[in-house]
Amino acid sequence: MEAAPVAHRRSARRGRGLAPYALIAPGAGWLLVFLVIPLLILLYTSLESGGLLFGGFRFTWAFSNYGDAISGNLRYFERSLLYASIVTITCLVLAYPMMYWIAFYGGRWKTSLLLLILLPFFVSFVIRTVQWGFILADQGIILGPLKHLGLLPQDFHVLATPFAVVAGMTYNFLPFTALPLYVSLERIDPTMVEAAKDLYASRWQSFRRVVIPLSLPGVFAAFLLTFVPATGDYVNASVLGGTDTTMVGNIIQDRFLIQNAYNEAAALAAVLMLAMLVLVTIYARVLGTEDVVRSAAG
Amino acid sequence: MLDPATTPSAAELVRHEGQKRWTRFLLPTYTIAMIVYLASPILVMILYGFNDVPHERQTPEFWGFTLSWYRQIFGVPGLSDALQNSLLIALIAASVATVIGTFLGLALGRYVFAGKALLLFFIFLAIAVPEIVLGSSLLTLFIQSRFILGLGTILVSHIAFDVPFVAVTVQARVAGMDRSLEDAAYDLYARPTSAFLRVTLPQILPGVFAGFLLAFVLSLDDFVITQFVSGTTQTFPIWVFGATRVGLPPQVNVMGTLLFAIGLAIAIGNVVVRRRSRGLT
Repeated sequence: MEAAPVAHRRSARRGRGLAPYALIAPGAGWLLVFLVIPLLILLYTSLESGGLLFGGFRFTWAFSNYGDAISGNLRYFERSLLYASIVTITCLVLAYPMMYWIAFYGGRWKTSLLLLILLPFFVSFVIRTVQWGFILADQGIILGPLKHLGLLPQDFHVLATPFAVVAGMTYNFLPFTALPLYVSLERIDPTMVEAAKDLYASRWQSFRRVVIPLSLPGVFAAFLLTFVPATGDYVNASVLGGTDTTMVGNIIQDRFLIQNAYNEAAALAAVLMLAMLVLVTIYARVLGTEDVVRSAAG
Repeated sequence: MLDPATTPSAAELVRHEGQKRWTRFLLPTYTIAMIVYLASPILVMILYGFNDVPHERQTPEFWGFTLSWYRQIFGVPGLSDALQNSLLIALIAASVATVIGTFLGLALGRYVFAGKALLLFFIFLAIAVPEIVLGSSLLTLFIQSRFILGLGTILVSHIAFDVPFVAVTVQARVAGMDRSLEDAAYDLYARPTSAFLRVTLPQILPGVFAGFLLAFVLSLDDFVITQFVSGTTQTFPIWVFGATRVGLPPQVNVMGTLLFAIGLAIAIGNVVVRRRSRGLT
Protein backbone atom coordinates (compact mmCIF):
# COMPACT_ATOMS: atom_id res chain seq x y z
CA MET A 1 0.00 0.00 0.00
CA GLU A 2 2.74 2.46 0.94
CA ALA A 3 4.65 1.82 -2.27
CA ALA A 4 1.55 2.14 -4.41
CA PRO A 5 2.21 5.61 -5.93
CA VAL A 6 5.65 4.47 -7.09
CA ALA A 7 4.20 1.29 -8.51
CA HIS A 8 1.64 3.34 -10.36
CA ARG A 9 4.28 5.55 -11.90
CA ARG A 10 6.25 2.54 -13.02
CA SER A 11 3.31 0.81 -14.60
CA ALA A 12 2.28 4.03 -16.29
CA ARG A 13 5.77 4.29 -17.71
CA ARG A 14 5.29 0.93 -19.35
CA GLY A 15 1.93 1.92 -20.72
CA ARG A 16 0.10 -0.75 -18.74
CA GLY A 17 -2.61 1.56 -17.47
CA LEU A 18 -5.30 -0.98 -18.26
CA ALA A 19 -3.45 -3.84 -16.56
CA PRO A 20 -5.22 -3.53 -13.19
CA TYR A 21 -8.61 -3.61 -14.87
CA ALA A 22 -7.69 -6.71 -16.85
CA LEU A 23 -6.53 -8.33 -13.60
CA ILE A 24 -9.59 -7.47 -11.56
CA ALA A 25 -12.14 -8.17 -14.32
CA PRO A 26 -12.83 -11.86 -13.51
CA GLY A 27 -12.80 -11.40 -9.73
CA ALA A 28 -14.78 -8.17 -9.70
CA GLY A 29 -17.24 -9.70 -12.18
CA TRP A 30 -17.69 -12.78 -10.03
CA LEU A 31 -18.20 -10.72 -6.86
CA LEU A 32 -20.66 -8.48 -8.70
CA VAL A 33 -22.79 -11.40 -9.93
CA PHE A 34 -22.55 -13.62 -6.86
CA LEU A 35 -22.22 -11.11 -4.01
CA VAL A 36 -23.58 -7.66 -4.87
CA ILE A 37 -26.45 -8.60 -7.19
CA PRO A 38 -27.70 -11.38 -4.86
CA LEU A 39 -27.91 -8.84 -2.01
CA LEU A 40 -30.07 -6.64 -4.25
CA ILE A 41 -32.22 -9.62 -5.27
CA LEU A 42 -32.63 -10.44 -1.58
CA LEU A 43 -34.08 -6.95 -1.09
CA TYR A 44 -36.28 -7.40 -4.19
CA THR A 45 -37.55 -10.77 -2.92
CA SER A 46 -38.30 -9.25 0.47
CA LEU A 47 -40.80 -6.88 -1.18
CA GLU A 48 -42.77 -9.59 -2.96
CA SER A 49 -46.16 -10.84 -1.88
CA GLY A 50 -47.91 -14.13 -2.40
CA GLY A 51 -46.65 -17.63 -1.81
CA LEU A 52 -45.74 -20.84 -3.55
CA LEU A 53 -49.19 -22.27 -2.78
CA PHE A 54 -51.02 -19.08 -3.76
CA GLY A 55 -50.03 -18.83 -7.42
CA GLY A 56 -46.43 -17.76 -6.85
CA PHE A 57 -44.74 -14.55 -5.74
CA ARG A 58 -45.24 -11.10 -7.27
CA PHE A 59 -43.25 -7.96 -6.71
CA THR A 60 -45.60 -5.45 -5.08
CA TRP A 61 -43.37 -3.20 -2.92
CA ALA A 62 -44.75 -5.15 0.02
CA PHE A 63 -43.04 -3.17 2.75
CA SER A 64 -45.47 -4.73 5.20
CA ASN A 65 -43.28 -7.85 5.01
CA TYR A 66 -40.77 -5.98 7.12
CA GLY A 67 -43.28 -4.97 9.77
CA ASP A 68 -44.59 -8.53 9.91
CA ALA A 69 -41.11 -10.03 9.95
CA ILE A 70 -39.94 -7.82 12.80
CA SER A 71 -43.06 -7.80 14.96
CA GLY A 72 -43.62 -11.55 14.53
CA ASN A 73 -40.03 -12.46 15.34
CA LEU A 74 -38.92 -9.75 17.72
CA ARG A 75 -38.03 -12.16 20.50
CA TYR A 76 -35.78 -14.14 18.14
CA PHE A 77 -33.95 -10.97 17.11
CA GLU A 78 -33.58 -10.02 20.77
CA ARG A 79 -32.33 -13.46 21.68
CA SER A 80 -29.79 -13.45 18.82
CA LEU A 81 -28.46 -10.06 19.89
CA LEU A 82 -28.32 -11.15 23.54
CA TYR A 83 -26.50 -14.42 22.81
CA ALA A 84 -24.13 -12.73 20.35
CA SER A 85 -23.30 -10.01 22.92
CA ILE A 86 -22.58 -12.52 25.68
CA VAL A 87 -20.53 -14.66 23.28
CA THR A 88 -18.51 -11.70 22.00
CA ILE A 89 -17.65 -10.42 25.48
CA THR A 90 -16.80 -13.92 26.74
CA CYS A 91 -14.60 -14.57 23.70
CA LEU A 92 -12.75 -11.27 24.16
CA VAL A 93 -12.17 -11.91 27.87
CA LEU A 94 -11.03 -15.50 27.23
CA ALA A 95 -8.83 -14.75 24.23
CA TYR A 96 -7.11 -11.51 25.26
CA PRO A 97 -4.79 -12.84 28.04
CA MET A 98 -3.81 -15.80 25.87
CA MET A 99 -3.04 -13.74 22.78
CA TYR A 100 -1.23 -11.12 24.90
CA TRP A 101 1.05 -13.77 26.31
CA ILE A 102 1.70 -15.38 22.92
CA ALA A 103 2.37 -12.03 21.21
CA PHE A 104 4.71 -10.70 23.92
CA TYR A 105 6.24 -13.82 25.45
CA GLY A 106 5.69 -16.53 22.83
CA GLY A 107 9.23 -16.15 21.50
CA ARG A 108 10.16 -18.90 19.12
CA TRP A 109 6.98 -20.83 19.97
CA LYS A 110 4.70 -18.17 18.49
CA THR A 111 4.00 -19.97 15.20
CA SER A 112 3.42 -23.32 16.90
CA LEU A 113 1.12 -21.80 19.52
CA LEU A 114 -0.88 -20.00 16.84
CA LEU A 115 -1.20 -23.25 14.91
CA LEU A 116 -2.55 -24.93 18.07
CA ILE A 117 -5.13 -22.18 18.48
CA LEU A 118 -6.21 -22.65 14.88
CA LEU A 119 -6.48 -26.45 15.27
CA PRO A 120 -10.30 -26.32 15.39
CA PHE A 121 -10.30 -25.04 11.80
CA PHE A 122 -8.98 -28.42 10.66
CA VAL A 123 -12.20 -30.10 11.73
CA SER A 124 -15.56 -29.28 10.20
CA PHE A 125 -17.55 -26.71 12.19
CA VAL A 126 -20.58 -29.02 12.21
CA ILE A 127 -18.55 -31.98 13.53
CA ARG A 128 -17.00 -29.88 16.31
CA THR A 129 -20.43 -28.68 17.38
CA VAL A 130 -21.80 -32.23 17.32
CA GLN A 131 -18.83 -33.34 19.47
CA TRP A 132 -19.78 -30.71 22.05
CA GLY A 133 -23.19 -32.32 22.00
CA PHE A 134 -21.50 -35.59 22.98
CA ILE A 135 -19.33 -33.95 25.63
CA LEU A 136 -22.28 -32.15 27.23
CA ALA A 137 -24.78 -35.01 26.81
CA ASP A 138 -26.87 -36.12 29.80
CA GLN A 139 -24.90 -39.38 30.10
CA GLY A 140 -21.76 -38.05 28.39
CA ILE A 141 -18.17 -38.06 29.59
CA ILE A 142 -18.68 -35.09 31.94
CA LEU A 143 -22.21 -35.35 33.30
CA GLY A 144 -22.32 -39.17 33.26
CA PRO A 145 -19.60 -39.75 35.91
CA LEU A 146 -20.78 -36.79 38.01
CA LYS A 147 -24.29 -38.22 38.09
CA HIS A 148 -22.94 -41.67 38.80
CA LEU A 149 -21.09 -40.31 41.83
CA GLY A 150 -24.23 -38.58 42.98
CA LEU A 151 -22.70 -35.10 42.64
CA LEU A 152 -25.46 -34.07 40.28
CA PRO A 153 -29.16 -34.98 40.29
CA GLN A 154 -30.16 -37.53 37.64
CA ASP A 155 -32.36 -35.08 35.74
CA PHE A 156 -29.66 -32.42 35.50
CA HIS A 157 -28.96 -31.48 31.92
CA VAL A 158 -26.94 -28.95 29.95
CA LEU A 159 -28.05 -29.69 26.39
CA ALA A 160 -31.12 -27.79 25.15
CA THR A 161 -30.37 -24.92 27.56
CA PRO A 162 -29.31 -21.39 26.59
CA PHE A 163 -26.03 -22.12 28.37
CA ALA A 164 -25.23 -24.96 25.93
CA VAL A 165 -25.89 -22.72 22.92
CA VAL A 166 -23.83 -19.82 24.27
CA ALA A 167 -21.01 -22.16 25.28
CA GLY A 168 -21.00 -23.82 21.85
CA MET A 169 -20.96 -20.44 20.10
CA THR A 170 -18.18 -19.20 22.38
CA TYR A 171 -16.12 -22.23 21.47
CA ASN A 172 -16.78 -21.90 17.75
CA PHE A 173 -16.08 -18.16 17.51
CA LEU A 174 -13.06 -18.01 19.84
CA PRO A 175 -10.46 -18.39 17.04
CA PHE A 176 -12.17 -15.53 15.13
CA THR A 177 -11.67 -13.35 18.20
CA ALA A 178 -8.13 -14.55 18.85
CA LEU A 179 -6.65 -13.86 15.40
CA PRO A 180 -7.36 -10.11 15.09
CA LEU A 181 -6.29 -9.63 18.72
CA TYR A 182 -3.00 -11.33 17.90
CA VAL A 183 -2.50 -9.22 14.77
CA SER A 184 -2.80 -5.99 16.74
CA LEU A 185 -0.91 -7.14 19.85
CA GLU A 186 1.95 -8.51 17.76
CA ARG A 187 2.31 -5.12 16.06
CA ILE A 188 2.92 -3.28 19.35
CA ASP A 189 6.53 -2.22 19.64
CA PRO A 190 7.87 -3.73 22.91
CA THR A 191 10.07 -0.65 23.39
CA MET A 192 6.86 1.34 23.97
CA VAL A 193 6.15 -0.86 26.98
CA GLU A 194 9.79 -0.52 28.08
CA ALA A 195 9.50 3.25 27.80
CA ALA A 196 6.47 3.23 30.07
CA LYS A 197 8.40 1.20 32.63
CA ASP A 198 11.37 3.55 32.39
CA LEU A 199 8.95 6.30 33.28
CA TYR A 200 8.14 4.36 36.46
CA ALA A 201 4.84 2.94 35.30
CA SER A 202 4.04 -0.29 37.11
CA ARG A 203 3.46 -3.42 35.11
CA TRP A 204 -0.29 -2.96 35.44
CA GLN A 205 -0.13 0.73 34.49
CA SER A 206 1.95 0.09 31.40
CA PHE A 207 -0.42 -2.71 30.40
CA ARG A 208 -3.51 -0.58 30.95
CA ARG A 209 -2.19 2.69 29.49
CA VAL A 210 0.03 1.38 26.67
CA VAL A 211 -0.84 -2.18 25.64
CA ILE A 212 -4.63 -1.97 25.87
CA PRO A 213 -5.02 1.34 23.97
CA LEU A 214 -2.63 0.18 21.23
CA SER A 215 -4.50 -3.10 20.85
CA LEU A 216 -7.92 -1.45 20.55
CA PRO A 217 -8.04 -1.73 16.72
CA GLY A 218 -7.66 -5.48 17.16
CA VAL A 219 -10.38 -5.53 19.80
CA PHE A 220 -12.76 -3.78 17.39
CA ALA A 221 -11.82 -6.12 14.53
CA ALA A 222 -12.34 -9.08 16.88
CA PHE A 223 -15.69 -7.65 17.91
CA LEU A 224 -16.77 -7.38 14.28
CA LEU A 225 -15.54 -10.84 13.29
CA THR A 226 -17.24 -12.43 16.32
CA PHE A 227 -20.42 -10.44 16.88
CA VAL A 228 -21.59 -10.32 13.26
CA PRO A 229 -21.38 -14.05 12.48
CA ALA A 230 -22.63 -14.92 15.99
CA THR A 231 -25.81 -12.90 15.44
CA GLY A 232 -26.61 -14.87 12.30
CA ASP A 233 -25.64 -18.28 13.68
CA TYR A 234 -28.18 -21.07 13.80
CA VAL A 235 -26.05 -24.21 13.80
CA ASN A 236 -25.24 -24.09 17.54
CA ALA A 237 -28.88 -23.48 18.41
CA SER A 238 -29.93 -26.38 16.13
CA VAL A 239 -27.42 -28.90 17.44
CA LEU A 240 -27.06 -27.89 21.11
CA GLY A 241 -30.23 -25.93 21.80
CA GLY A 242 -33.84 -26.72 22.58
CA THR A 243 -37.20 -25.14 21.88
CA ASP A 244 -36.47 -22.01 23.92
CA THR A 245 -33.12 -21.19 22.29
CA THR A 246 -34.40 -20.52 18.75
CA MET A 247 -32.44 -17.71 17.15
CA VAL A 248 -33.29 -15.51 14.21
CA GLY A 249 -31.00 -17.60 12.01
CA ASN A 250 -33.12 -20.68 12.75
CA ILE A 251 -36.23 -18.78 11.67
CA ILE A 252 -34.62 -17.58 8.42
CA GLN A 253 -33.41 -21.10 7.65
CA ASP A 254 -36.82 -22.56 8.42
CA ARG A 255 -38.76 -20.01 6.33
CA PHE A 256 -36.41 -20.37 3.35
CA LEU A 257 -35.73 -24.09 3.28
CA ILE A 258 -38.67 -25.74 5.04
CA GLN A 259 -41.66 -23.44 4.57
CA ASN A 260 -40.59 -21.84 1.27
CA ALA A 261 -41.95 -18.50 2.50
CA TYR A 262 -39.27 -16.71 0.51
CA ASN A 263 -40.56 -13.18 0.93
CA GLU A 264 -40.85 -13.39 4.71
CA ALA A 265 -37.47 -15.13 4.95
CA ALA A 266 -35.88 -12.54 2.66
CA ALA A 267 -37.31 -9.70 4.77
CA LEU A 268 -35.83 -11.28 7.91
CA ALA A 269 -32.46 -11.81 6.25
CA ALA A 270 -32.59 -8.26 4.86
CA VAL A 271 -33.15 -6.82 8.36
CA LEU A 272 -30.12 -8.75 9.54
CA MET A 273 -28.17 -7.67 6.47
CA LEU A 274 -29.05 -3.98 6.81
CA ALA A 275 -28.21 -3.97 10.51
CA MET A 276 -24.88 -5.65 9.84
CA LEU A 277 -24.22 -3.43 6.83
CA VAL A 278 -24.60 -0.35 9.04
CA LEU A 279 -22.24 -1.86 11.61
CA VAL A 280 -19.72 -2.98 9.00
CA THR A 281 -19.81 0.32 7.12
CA ILE A 282 -19.33 2.39 10.27
CA TYR A 283 -16.48 0.10 11.20
CA ALA A 284 -14.84 0.41 7.76
CA ARG A 285 -15.29 4.21 7.76
CA VAL A 286 -13.91 4.79 11.22
CA LEU A 287 -11.23 2.12 11.52
CA GLY A 288 -10.53 1.06 7.94
CA THR A 289 -10.61 -2.44 6.54
CA GLU A 290 -6.97 -3.27 7.15
CA ASP A 291 -7.18 -5.18 10.45
CA VAL A 292 -10.05 -7.43 9.45
CA VAL A 293 -8.50 -8.13 6.06
CA ARG A 294 -5.14 -8.90 7.62
CA SER A 295 -6.71 -11.37 10.05
CA ALA A 296 -8.47 -13.07 7.15
CA ALA A 297 -5.18 -13.36 5.28
CA GLY A 298 -3.73 -15.19 8.30
CA MET B 1 13.93 -1.31 33.84
CA LEU B 2 15.31 -0.89 37.33
CA ASP B 3 17.72 1.94 37.69
CA PRO B 4 21.10 0.28 38.34
CA ALA B 5 22.30 3.28 40.36
CA THR B 6 19.78 2.71 43.11
CA THR B 7 19.33 -0.57 44.87
CA PRO B 8 15.81 -1.90 44.38
CA SER B 9 13.54 -1.51 47.37
CA ALA B 10 11.86 -4.53 48.89
CA ALA B 11 8.55 -3.41 47.44
CA GLU B 12 10.06 -3.26 43.99
CA LEU B 13 11.51 -6.72 44.39
CA VAL B 14 8.15 -8.09 45.42
CA ARG B 15 6.59 -6.39 42.41
CA HIS B 16 9.20 -7.89 40.15
CA GLU B 17 8.47 -11.34 41.53
CA GLY B 18 4.78 -10.68 40.96
CA GLN B 19 5.48 -9.83 37.32
CA LYS B 20 7.39 -13.06 36.84
CA ARG B 21 4.57 -15.03 38.35
CA TRP B 22 2.23 -13.61 35.69
CA THR B 23 4.38 -14.13 32.63
CA ARG B 24 6.26 -17.24 33.72
CA PHE B 25 3.46 -19.19 35.35
CA LEU B 26 -0.10 -17.87 35.28
CA LEU B 27 -0.41 -16.76 31.64
CA PRO B 28 1.38 -19.77 30.11
CA THR B 29 -0.72 -22.14 32.22
CA TYR B 30 -3.84 -20.31 31.15
CA THR B 31 -2.79 -20.46 27.48
CA ILE B 32 -2.19 -24.21 27.68
CA ALA B 33 -5.56 -24.69 29.39
CA MET B 34 -7.23 -22.72 26.58
CA ILE B 35 -5.47 -24.80 23.92
CA VAL B 36 -6.69 -27.98 25.64
CA TYR B 37 -10.19 -26.49 25.68
CA LEU B 38 -9.97 -25.64 21.97
CA ALA B 39 -8.71 -29.14 21.19
CA SER B 40 -11.19 -31.02 23.40
CA PRO B 41 -13.93 -31.72 20.80
CA ILE B 42 -11.21 -32.82 18.37
CA LEU B 43 -9.85 -35.27 20.92
CA VAL B 44 -13.37 -36.54 21.57
CA MET B 45 -13.91 -36.93 17.81
CA ILE B 46 -10.72 -38.98 17.47
CA LEU B 47 -11.48 -41.09 20.56
CA TYR B 48 -15.05 -41.88 19.48
CA GLY B 49 -13.79 -43.05 16.09
CA PHE B 50 -12.65 -46.10 18.05
CA ASN B 51 -15.91 -46.45 19.99
CA ASP B 52 -17.20 -50.02 19.87
CA VAL B 53 -20.89 -49.01 19.74
CA PRO B 54 -23.35 -51.86 19.29
CA HIS B 55 -25.78 -50.43 16.71
CA GLU B 56 -23.52 -48.58 14.26
CA ARG B 57 -24.78 -45.28 15.68
CA GLN B 58 -22.65 -43.11 17.94
CA THR B 59 -23.65 -42.78 21.62
CA PRO B 60 -22.30 -40.44 24.31
CA GLU B 61 -21.06 -43.52 26.19
CA PHE B 62 -17.75 -45.13 25.32
CA TRP B 63 -18.08 -48.92 24.87
CA GLY B 64 -14.46 -49.93 24.34
CA PHE B 65 -11.89 -49.81 21.56
CA THR B 66 -12.38 -51.16 18.07
CA LEU B 67 -10.75 -50.55 14.71
CA SER B 68 -13.76 -51.82 12.78
CA TRP B 69 -14.95 -48.32 11.74
CA TYR B 70 -11.56 -47.69 10.18
CA ARG B 71 -11.88 -50.98 8.31
CA GLN B 72 -15.39 -50.11 7.14
CA ILE B 73 -14.64 -46.43 6.49
CA PHE B 74 -16.70 -46.38 3.28
CA GLY B 75 -19.42 -48.62 4.73
CA VAL B 76 -22.08 -45.89 4.77
CA PRO B 77 -22.99 -45.19 1.11
CA GLY B 78 -24.59 -41.74 1.48
CA LEU B 79 -21.73 -40.55 3.67
CA SER B 80 -19.05 -41.66 1.21
CA ASP B 81 -20.84 -39.89 -1.66
CA ALA B 82 -21.18 -36.74 0.43
CA LEU B 83 -17.47 -36.76 1.26
CA GLN B 84 -16.60 -37.32 -2.38
CA ASN B 85 -18.83 -34.36 -3.36
CA SER B 86 -17.17 -32.19 -0.72
CA LEU B 87 -13.65 -33.00 -1.88
CA LEU B 88 -14.57 -32.46 -5.53
CA ILE B 89 -16.31 -29.14 -4.82
CA ALA B 90 -13.47 -27.93 -2.61
CA LEU B 91 -10.87 -28.84 -5.24
CA ILE B 92 -12.65 -27.15 -8.15
CA ALA B 93 -13.86 -24.12 -6.18
CA ALA B 94 -10.44 -23.54 -4.60
CA SER B 95 -8.66 -23.90 -7.97
CA VAL B 96 -10.93 -21.43 -9.77
CA ALA B 97 -10.93 -19.06 -6.80
CA THR B 98 -7.14 -19.21 -6.61
CA VAL B 99 -6.76 -18.09 -10.24
CA ILE B 100 -9.36 -15.32 -9.99
CA GLY B 101 -8.30 -14.29 -6.50
CA THR B 102 -4.59 -14.18 -7.41
CA PHE B 103 -5.32 -11.70 -10.22
CA LEU B 104 -7.35 -9.60 -7.77
CA GLY B 105 -4.60 -9.77 -5.17
CA LEU B 106 -1.98 -8.74 -7.74
CA ALA B 107 -4.04 -5.75 -8.85
CA LEU B 108 -4.78 -4.71 -5.25
CA GLY B 109 -1.21 -5.22 -4.09
CA ARG B 110 0.53 -3.12 -6.71
CA TYR B 111 -1.80 -0.76 -8.56
CA VAL B 112 -3.76 2.32 -7.72
CA PHE B 113 -6.87 2.50 -9.86
CA ALA B 114 -10.27 4.11 -9.91
CA GLY B 115 -12.74 1.93 -8.03
CA LYS B 116 -10.09 0.28 -5.87
CA ALA B 117 -11.67 1.53 -2.65
CA LEU B 118 -15.05 0.18 -3.73
CA LEU B 119 -13.55 -3.18 -4.65
CA LEU B 120 -11.76 -3.35 -1.28
CA PHE B 121 -15.03 -2.55 0.45
CA PHE B 122 -16.83 -5.39 -1.35
CA ILE B 123 -14.04 -7.80 -0.44
CA PHE B 124 -14.27 -6.62 3.16
CA LEU B 125 -18.05 -7.01 2.99
CA ALA B 126 -17.78 -10.58 1.69
CA ILE B 127 -15.56 -11.43 4.65
CA ALA B 128 -17.57 -9.58 7.29
CA VAL B 129 -21.21 -10.24 6.32
CA PRO B 130 -22.75 -13.22 8.15
CA GLU B 131 -22.86 -16.40 6.10
CA ILE B 132 -26.61 -16.71 6.55
CA VAL B 133 -27.07 -13.43 4.65
CA LEU B 134 -24.77 -14.55 1.83
CA GLY B 135 -26.54 -17.93 1.70
CA SER B 136 -30.03 -16.36 1.70
CA SER B 137 -29.13 -13.82 -0.96
CA LEU B 138 -27.56 -16.45 -3.23
CA LEU B 139 -30.68 -18.61 -2.81
CA THR B 140 -32.93 -15.70 -3.85
CA LEU B 141 -30.69 -15.18 -6.91
CA PHE B 142 -31.02 -18.84 -7.88
CA ILE B 143 -34.76 -18.89 -7.23
CA GLN B 144 -35.43 -15.71 -9.22
CA SER B 145 -33.26 -16.80 -12.13
CA ARG B 146 -34.70 -20.34 -11.95
CA PHE B 147 -31.37 -22.08 -11.52
CA ILE B 148 -31.65 -25.70 -10.48
CA LEU B 149 -29.98 -26.12 -7.09
CA GLY B 150 -27.18 -28.66 -6.99
CA LEU B 151 -23.48 -29.08 -7.62
CA GLY B 152 -23.37 -26.10 -10.01
CA THR B 153 -24.94 -23.62 -7.59
CA ILE B 154 -22.75 -24.93 -4.76
CA LEU B 155 -19.65 -24.43 -6.90
CA VAL B 156 -20.34 -20.86 -7.99
CA SER B 157 -21.28 -19.92 -4.41
CA HIS B 158 -18.13 -21.46 -2.98
CA ILE B 159 -15.98 -19.68 -5.55
CA ALA B 160 -17.72 -16.43 -4.57
CA PHE B 161 -16.87 -16.73 -0.88
CA ASP B 162 -13.39 -18.16 -1.54
CA VAL B 163 -12.22 -15.37 -3.90
CA PRO B 164 -12.00 -12.58 -1.28
CA PHE B 165 -9.87 -14.74 1.03
CA VAL B 166 -7.47 -15.71 -1.74
CA ALA B 167 -7.31 -12.07 -2.87
CA VAL B 168 -6.32 -10.71 0.55
CA THR B 169 -3.81 -13.52 1.12
CA VAL B 170 -2.09 -12.86 -2.22
CA GLN B 171 -2.34 -9.10 -1.74
CA ALA B 172 -0.40 -9.38 1.53
CA ARG B 173 2.33 -11.31 -0.27
CA VAL B 174 2.45 -8.92 -3.26
CA ALA B 175 2.70 -5.90 -0.97
CA GLY B 176 5.75 -7.42 0.72
CA MET B 177 7.39 -8.41 -2.58
CA ASP B 178 10.71 -7.12 -3.87
CA ARG B 179 9.89 -5.41 -7.17
CA SER B 180 13.46 -4.78 -8.25
CA LEU B 181 13.74 -8.33 -9.63
CA GLU B 182 10.75 -7.72 -11.85
CA ASP B 183 12.20 -4.42 -13.00
CA ALA B 184 15.45 -6.20 -13.81
CA ALA B 185 13.52 -8.69 -15.96
CA TYR B 186 11.92 -5.83 -17.87
CA ASP B 187 15.26 -4.06 -18.23
CA LEU B 188 16.51 -7.26 -19.82
CA TYR B 189 13.64 -7.07 -22.31
CA ALA B 190 11.54 -9.89 -20.86
CA ARG B 191 8.05 -10.02 -22.33
CA PRO B 192 5.28 -9.37 -19.74
CA THR B 193 4.09 -13.00 -19.78
CA SER B 194 7.52 -14.49 -19.27
CA ALA B 195 8.39 -11.86 -16.66
CA PHE B 196 5.20 -12.81 -14.82
CA LEU B 197 5.70 -16.55 -15.09
CA ARG B 198 9.42 -16.62 -14.34
CA VAL B 199 9.89 -13.74 -11.91
CA THR B 200 6.64 -12.55 -10.35
CA LEU B 201 4.81 -15.86 -9.93
CA PRO B 202 7.66 -17.70 -8.14
CA GLN B 203 7.87 -14.80 -5.69
CA ILE B 204 4.17 -14.72 -4.84
CA LEU B 205 3.75 -18.51 -5.01
CA PRO B 206 3.77 -19.04 -1.22
CA GLY B 207 0.90 -16.55 -0.96
CA VAL B 208 -0.95 -18.23 -3.82
CA PHE B 209 -0.47 -21.64 -2.20
CA ALA B 210 -1.63 -20.34 1.19
CA GLY B 211 -4.66 -18.81 -0.52
CA PHE B 212 -5.47 -22.10 -2.23
CA LEU B 213 -5.24 -24.02 1.06
CA LEU B 214 -7.41 -21.46 2.84
CA ALA B 215 -10.00 -21.61 0.06
CA PHE B 216 -9.92 -25.42 0.05
CA VAL B 217 -10.45 -25.63 3.81
CA LEU B 218 -13.20 -22.97 3.80
CA SER B 219 -14.97 -24.76 1.00
CA LEU B 220 -14.61 -28.23 2.50
CA ASP B 221 -15.91 -26.99 5.85
CA ASP B 222 -18.71 -24.73 4.67
CA PHE B 223 -22.11 -25.56 6.02
CA VAL B 224 -24.35 -22.49 6.11
CA ILE B 225 -24.05 -21.18 2.54
CA THR B 226 -24.02 -24.73 1.18
CA GLN B 227 -27.20 -25.60 3.04
CA PHE B 228 -28.98 -22.70 1.37
CA VAL B 229 -27.84 -23.39 -2.19
CA SER B 230 -27.44 -27.20 -2.30
CA GLY B 231 -31.02 -28.36 -2.91
CA THR B 232 -30.89 -32.13 -2.43
CA THR B 233 -27.15 -32.48 -3.11
CA GLN B 234 -25.24 -33.66 -0.04
CA THR B 235 -21.83 -32.51 1.08
CA PHE B 236 -19.95 -33.90 4.08
CA PRO B 237 -21.05 -31.21 6.60
CA ILE B 238 -24.63 -31.25 5.25
CA TRP B 239 -24.82 -35.03 5.57
CA VAL B 240 -23.41 -34.93 9.11
CA PHE B 241 -25.85 -32.23 10.17
CA GLY B 242 -28.76 -34.20 8.72
CA ALA B 243 -27.64 -37.38 10.46
CA THR B 244 -27.40 -35.83 13.95
CA ARG B 245 -31.12 -36.39 14.44
CA VAL B 246 -31.01 -40.11 13.74
CA GLY B 247 -27.54 -40.70 15.24
CA LEU B 248 -24.12 -40.45 13.65
CA PRO B 249 -22.34 -43.49 12.26
CA PRO B 250 -18.82 -43.73 13.77
CA GLN B 251 -17.42 -43.44 10.22
CA VAL B 252 -18.06 -39.69 10.52
CA ASN B 253 -15.47 -39.60 13.33
CA VAL B 254 -13.05 -41.63 11.24
CA MET B 255 -13.36 -39.35 8.21
CA GLY B 256 -13.14 -36.26 10.41
CA THR B 257 -10.00 -37.67 12.04
CA LEU B 258 -8.34 -38.44 8.70
CA LEU B 259 -9.18 -34.99 7.26
CA PHE B 260 -7.82 -33.43 10.44
CA ALA B 261 -4.60 -35.46 10.19
CA ILE B 262 -4.07 -34.50 6.54
CA GLY B 263 -4.79 -30.82 7.20
CA LEU B 264 -2.46 -30.78 10.20
CA ALA B 265 0.32 -32.50 8.25
CA ILE B 266 0.09 -29.91 5.46
CA ALA B 267 0.06 -27.02 7.95
CA ILE B 268 3.07 -28.36 9.86
CA GLY B 269 4.88 -29.04 6.58
CA ASN B 270 4.19 -25.47 5.51
CA VAL B 271 5.58 -24.06 8.79
CA VAL B 272 8.68 -26.26 8.58
CA VAL B 273 9.35 -25.36 4.93
CA ARG B 274 8.92 -21.66 5.67
CA ARG B 275 11.24 -21.88 8.68
CA ARG B 276 13.86 -23.76 6.66
CA SER B 277 13.73 -21.36 3.70
CA ARG B 278 14.06 -18.48 6.15
CA GLY B 279 17.10 -20.17 7.63
CA LEU B 280 18.71 -20.43 4.19
CA THR B 281 18.45 -16.78 3.21
